[in-house]
Amino acid sequence: MADTKERKLPAPAISPETQAYWDAAGKGKLLVKKCTACGEAHHYPRPICPFCFSDKTEWTEASGKGTIYSFSVMRRAPVPYAMAYVTLAEGPRMVTNIVDCDFDKLKCDQPVKLVFKPTDGGPPLPMFTPA
Amino acid sequence: MSIKGKAYIAGIYEHPTRLAKDLSLAQIHAEVAKGALEDAGLTKDDVDGYFCAGDAPGLGPMSMVEYMGLKVRHVDSTDTGGSSYVLHVGHAAEAIAAGKCKVALITLAGRPRAEGMATGTVPRSRGGTPTPDEPFEFPYGPTVVNMYAMCAMRHMHEFGTTSEQLAWIKVAASHHAQYNPHALLKDVVTVEDVVNSPMISDPLHRLDCCVITDGGGAIVVVAPEIAAKLKQPKIKLLGASEFIKTQMGGKVDLTYSGARFTGAAAFAEAGVKPADIKYASIYDSFTITVLMQLEDLGFCEKGQGGRFVADGNLISGTGKLPFNTDGGGLCSNHPANRGGLTKVLEAVRQLRGEAHPKVQVKNCDLAIAHGTGGSLGLRHGSATVILERE
Ligand SMILES: [Zn+2]
Repeated sequence: MADTKERKLPAPAISPETQAYWDAAGKGKLLVKKCTACGEAHHYPRPICPFCFSDKTEWTEASGKGTIYSFSVMRRAPVPYAMAYVTLAEGPRMVTNIVDCDFDKLKCDQPVKLVFKPTDGGPPLPMFTPA
Repeated sequence: MSIKGKAYIAGIYEHPTRLAKDLSLAQIHAEVAKGALEDAGLTKDDVDGYFCAGDAPGLGPMSMVEYMGLKVRHVDSTDTGGSSYVLHVGHAAEAIAAGKCKVALITLAGRPRAEGMATGTVPRSRGGTPTPDEPFEFPYGPTVVNMYAMCAMRHMHEFGTTSEQLAWIKVAASHHAQYNPHALLKDVVTVEDVVNSPMISDPLHRLDCCVITDGGGAIVVVAPEIAAKLKQPKIKLLGASEFIKTQMGGKVDLTYSGARFTGAAAFAEAGVKPADIKYASIYDSFTITVLMQLEDLGFCEKGQGGRFVADGNLISGTGKLPFNTDGGGLCSNHPANRGGLTKVLEAVRQLRGEAHPKVQVKNCDLAIAHGTGGSLGLRHGSATVILERE
């Protein structure tokens, strides 16, 4: 089953602490928050590191490479879609969708690369497609 | 301080309805409260502690304490989704042990069927101020079923678990549900029935999912000196534990649940081990939920859950670990989309010897009830209690 029919994506709710993330998404970049105190990257992004509670976190640009940690094709939706966790090359696993692909051929640990998909009146969403 | 031996479950009640078109939400809460107090041989005026969660109308305890005409000196409306009521049993024991109340009433009610709520397959925004995770999840379409399905997908990938093994969990529940006159699904199903039912979100089929029902239930937890004067068999709380499992800042691991921590802590407090358990009430929103919790509670090694549940091992009278002998959430009842309270109810029935004769476990003197609330694949609350017939 190919992902051909159009699926309307709701716009994400943007708060001051995540404005930079969505501004970057609008420019086709995926940002990951990294802590300069403990060196750990995390997702979703927060000003205070969830590992060491330092406020010395900074935005870094992700390479856009990753692998599928797990996925599930929502067959019962009006337009079926592939829900997924992708393990970013930078470490964190993020909730996302796998798009522009044959859903029946998806596999855990499969390499994927970053793409962006437009939302309804908001910044585009980072998603992934088989690499 | 431990809660071991500090509190007893004296009263239980499960609403017989599965479709409550003609009942209000508050009314169901009051009806189950009345039922559980009568079961215990207590009255409304004996209640001095009240526990409810997010299913209660309005501001929880304030609305319901007024509606039912209670006078209480201790309230707790901790909400960890469907696991809340298992957690409340532990909190009630803590409050009783600390002298804050002597008769604690816990209620649950809901009417998702009557309200035509799209429960499992539609992404839901909570509205109002978004939770911090919401912008990074909701637009992608997470639903109840696809987030549990991702746990199943990864479990299959890492451990070779199969759809047929998961199906055995539904098969076992259906064998039990045939004897429950109130069960929504009373037909015995086969492994083939489950794997041939429509795919909802890979790899979970329609029959891997729990039922959607209206109804509710209540539990009365009392101090030892109260339990000593009551008519019911004495069901003592030996251990209780709770945990919140998260995405851990992006170090997501879908292969285990919070039961890994609550099981270990509750067993340690109780001073018993998984092999001692005669009956298990295991949260069953989906078949995968049961499988992962059985592993995490220590009934089998991690990754061996598929082999453990296969071939009827969870069927009372046949298998080594009788589970959810009322038919559970998979076949009987999942009121308010929250199955924790009914888990405690069937554990108490088994310990009293009041389960249906066809599913009653012989000499059932030690039972576990475990709940998972929220989303197994996103963030969830876990709660475990271990109960003994004195
Ligand atoms: Zn840090």
